[in-house]
Amino acid sequence: MKLLRELTDNAGDFAATVGGVTLFLGRVLAQVPRALLRPSLIVEQIHNAGALSLVIIMTCGLFVGAVLGLQGYDLLLRFGSEDALGTAAALALIRELGPVVTALLFAGRAGTALASELGLMRATDQLTAMEMMAVDPIRRVVAPRFLGGLIAMPLLTLIFIAIGIFGVQVVGVQLFGVDSASFWSQMRSSVSHEDIGEGLLKGCVFGFACSLIAVYEGYTATPTAEGVGRATTRTVVISAVLTLMLDYMLTAIML
Amino acid sequence: MVSSTDASSAQRSAAAESLIARDLIEIRDLHYSVGGRSIFSGLNLSIPRGRITALMGPSGTGKTTLLRLITGQIKPTSGQVLFDGIDVSALKTRELYALRRRMGMLFQNGALLTDMSVFENVAFPLREHTDLPESLIRNVVLTKLQAVGLRGAAQLMPAELSGGMNRRVALARTMATDPEVLIYDEPFTGLDPISMGMIVRLVRHMNNALGITSIVVSHDVKELSELSDTSYIIAGGKVAASGELKNLKGHQSDIVNQFVNGLPDGPVPFHYPAADYYQQLLGSEA
Ligand SMILES: Nc1ncnc2c1ncn2[C@@H]1O[C@H](COP(=O)(O)OP(=O)(O)O)[C@@H](O)[C@H]1O
Ligand SMILES: [Mg+2]
Repeated sequence: MKLLRELTDNAGDFAATVGGVTLFLGRVLAQVPRALLRPSLIVEQIHNAGALSLVIIMTCGLFVGAVLGLQGYDLLLRFGSEDALGTAAALALIRELGPVVTALLFAGRAGTALASELGLMRATDQLTAMEMMAVDPIRRVVAPRFLGGLIAMPLLTLIFIAIGIFGVQVVGVQLFGVDSASFWSQMRSSVSHEDIGEGLLKGCVFGFACSLIAVYEGYTATPTAEGVGRATTRTVVISAVLTLMLDYMLTAIML
Repeated sequence: MVSSTDASSAQRSAAAESLIARDLIEIRDLHYSVGGRSIFSGLNLSIPRGRITALMGPSGTGKTTLLRLITGQIKPTSGQVLFDGIDVSALKTRELYALRRRMGMLFQNGALLTDMSVFENVAFPLREHTDLPESLIRNVVLTKLQAVGLRGAAQLMPAELSGGMNRRVALARTMATDPEVLIYDEPFTGLDPISMGMIVRLVRHMNNALGITSIVVSHDVKELSELSDTSYIIAGGKVAASGELKNLKGHQSDIVNQFVNGLPDGPVPFHYPAADYYQQLLGSEA
């Protein structure tokens, strides 16, 4: 009974959030054209989001690639086709792991920073002060951050994939002695433009979702210390769930 | 203010209004409730041009809410807020933003943008609303900072400022666009006597030298009785008393008396409503 009530409560909360996010998205998109007139603000936010996440994404990319090298080599060895390691790992990274893991890391690092920044601006009346100065905070603060995240995510995804492939190569070629020439040539011949397109599309969609959730949660945070904390937590949780759900849908459509 | 229901007298006073200078802000029969709780029920007041008007009342009486209604951040349940004859709640966002450029509001904590220096904070409204060349912006910003005595702090970040300095920078930022009316929400709260004196001096200067209409929300009776020209005491969702503050000390209304003279008990009870003290101590109730 308690579980049921919790479920219905959550469903109500979920519906309210979806409605709120949709309305908010409308307000943000309406301001995007005017925000685009000031590219310097967006570049600043790309830099913010990118610089925040770059180190963690490079580190994780390297390790995800290395693990992929270990597991992939072990698996392929059973079929006697170690030469396909490059192809298999590259496809896994480009189509799945790259976009998904980047999005999760992005939400955890840049997304939470965005949400708490906006939440604090709300709690300290900075957003209201802006409205009182006849400056629309959606245009001046939210839209550039949303666009910055949206643009940074695919770039970070590419970086993650590149470093991941390097990690695979370190383990596969340097450690296990897979033939370097066939590692690269097989990868080059079997990875198509569509695969890369799919990865990039996922990166863009996840970037859209994670940035939107982060700015929404921050902007609508309850203006207290507790409210800001809650907004950051919700950002991570909702972004993660949304990323994995969207990943399934996109994969199902594109396969 | 039109309080009479007599149509002809309303007409006559409307005609008289157009002859004499109209009050800058008029609030007519304002009702506002939030979350099923009524905060204002039939509030009437007017804020004269070029004067300092104090809005006072116990905490939680709705002073900040009233400022939010005046500046159009929220809409009244019924009634009107007229700013220079314009019904604030009827405006579209664009018109409201145009109107707000005539107002300046000071928040209790200053509400400076924390990721910008003091200089950039004061320059912010200019950069947003004008295409002035950098040299001109610099001159305006330095002039405004000089007026609040903080030209030397231009390169500091908001986190490096004291509470009083924060509010002075916020005042400079508000002044950057030369508003007609300045609204201060509890400008003295949490300040040491020196900073408080500085803010009082600045409020008076903005009013006397620049003729800016000022609305000061505070419960600091002592400071306000020197500073304000008129005052309204708001209690129970209405104006409980109005006039010059020093004349209100012997007011017949108990709530006004309690507030102006700072009595701990009266219509606003010292005790929050509770069960009977002895019974609770004896453990008959939780
Ligand atoms: N958005 C809101 N939701 C619920 N209650 C509110 C809201 N805004 C204000 N209130 C209530 O209205 C009352 C007046 O608040 P406020 O205007 O901040 O008082 P003051 O500034 O006079 O101390 C308070 O009791 C507060 O709890
Ligand atoms: Mg208040």
